[in-house]
Amino acid sequence: MKIDEFLKSPTEWVKADGPQSKIVLSSRVRLARNLRDFPFPGWAKKADRQKSLETIRPVVEGLPEMSERFSDSMDNMVAIDKQVLVERHLISREHAAKNVGSGIVINERETISVMINEEDHLRMQAIKSGLQLKTVHKLIDKVDNELEEQLDFAFSPRLGYLTACPTNVGTGMRGSAMVHLPAMVLSDQINQVVQAVNKLGLAVRGLYGEGTEALGNVFQVSNQTTLGEKEADVIERLNKVILQIIEHEENARITLLEKKPRLVYDQVGRAYGVLTNARTVSSKEALNLLSHLRMGIDLELFPSATRGVVDELFIISQPAHIQKAAERKLTAEERDVYRADLIRERLQNVAKPNVEDLGSSNGG
Amino acid sequence: MLCDMCKKNEATVHLTQIVEAKMLKVDLCETCSKAKGVQEAAGFSLADLLVGLGSADEIKTESPGAKCPVCGFTQADFKKTGRLGCSACWETFEAGLASLLKAMHKSDRHVGKVPSKAAHTVVIGEKIKELTDELEKAIAAEKYEDAAHIRDQIREMESKLKVPSGAA
Repeated sequence: MKIDEFLKSPTEWVKADGPQSKIVLSSRVRLARNLRDFPFPGWAKKADRQKSLETIRPVVEGLPEMSERFSDSMDNMVAIDKQVLVERHLISREHAAKNVGSGIVINERETISVMINEEDHLRMQAIKSGLQLKTVHKLIDKVDNELEEQLDFAFSPRLGYLTACPTNVGTGMRGSAMVHLPAMVLSDQINQVVQAVNKLGLAVRGLYGEGTEALGNVFQVSNQTTLGEKEADVIERLNKVILQIIEHEENARITLLEKKPRLVYDQVGRAYGVLTNARTVSSKEALNLLSHLRMGIDLELFPSATRGVVDELFIISQPAHIQKAAERKLTAEERDVYRADLIRERLQNVAKPNVEDLGSSNGG
Repeated sequence: MLCDMCKKNEATVHLTQIVEAKMLKVDLCETCSKAKGVQEAAGFSLADLLVGLGSADEIKTESPGAKCPVCGFTQADFKKTGRLGCSACWETFEAGLASLLKAMHKSDRHVGKVPSKAAHTVVIGEKIKELTDELEKAIAAEKYEDAAHIRDQIREMESKLKVPSGAA
């Protein structure tokens, strides 16, 4: 499958139809695996990386899950396409920077992606919409079993799967969920939550993982440890914590509506006002405003059909997606104009927020 | 107090994280803390930071001059990158990595998935451990005939382990 054809169809997990998808955007589990007989990609010479890529890629392409797929080597891809894959969470930022000796195989539905020669020889992930950690773990575990039949993975009975970085050794598994927490940010509770979650051995990060900003009030919650605990137990623990985070966010929304309805309506109304009228908008501003619009949908200030539109905008208003849609290279200013046009067009049939139900004139 | 990273500037950022009842501490100077992005409210993992900091010193003291016989990776390389060179490095630097693993993980022993190819090795390893215990008991009880029999079983098990890695 060619990259343009592949990128044309929207990512399946963006359709927020999974369980708990009001607050949980997506669930993901990734496994790190390495071949026993090759040096790790970061230390390997170019020839070794090419050899391990040639060993791994046909095996991954041969999986039943990958019969309809996009597959390429990273040196063969242009920067903009790599960036689109990053924005869809199908490859890491680190992998986008790779060239000769690294590759990528993604199934057509964009639910399974296998990065070859990122930090480890194999980084495979399954991603689905909503809170479905167990489902995605099962999905990627099956892929792992199939690959193991044909590839000789580096494994030690004492330390488990051997990885380039000591933070991944053992299960090599990182489970994560992307959660949308606008009310906790608005009510200044987010730092408490981050600290509490850290204490449980889980990490909270920004939209694109390690060291990134929490744009659009979207946070990534993931396990930190990979050694000394069974995969199923890690997933269970993560699932429990995320259910608690959902409860906190829901409570924060109820409290905000009771105590500061004017603040809530103001944020949602401003978001609607700016996005339906702006002639230029940066991706950061767009994400933050779309976040408030999304909260407005959850609070039934907009018809529920708007959700699909907003969730898609979350992805397609990002820089590489804009550039790709424009089919030419745009300057930052041109991108902001194109983005504003795109958002206005998509929101043109969305009526202004229905606030009568709020009775907000005396509150706040 | 000097910064744990650059070891030059005075440490002004003191980080403590309690992860599952274990306390991790790192002291950094302004520049290094900014470089590592630890001032972001979105949170960070001290375990990630620990890789390549104090850990590298531990490797040095416990296995001086160690160099991976397979890929030529050294502890200095680990200090620089925080990553290992190949799967054999895990054996080469095992002693030095143990305390780092204990600090950042729940324990230093894998209890999760075992690939079916390796399951064979793991099962035999467990069996050998069991037989070794039995052997000691037999010797202690002066049951030498039993002991000889058990010893033969252990040898047989061990010979099964000595197949090329690809077939194990």
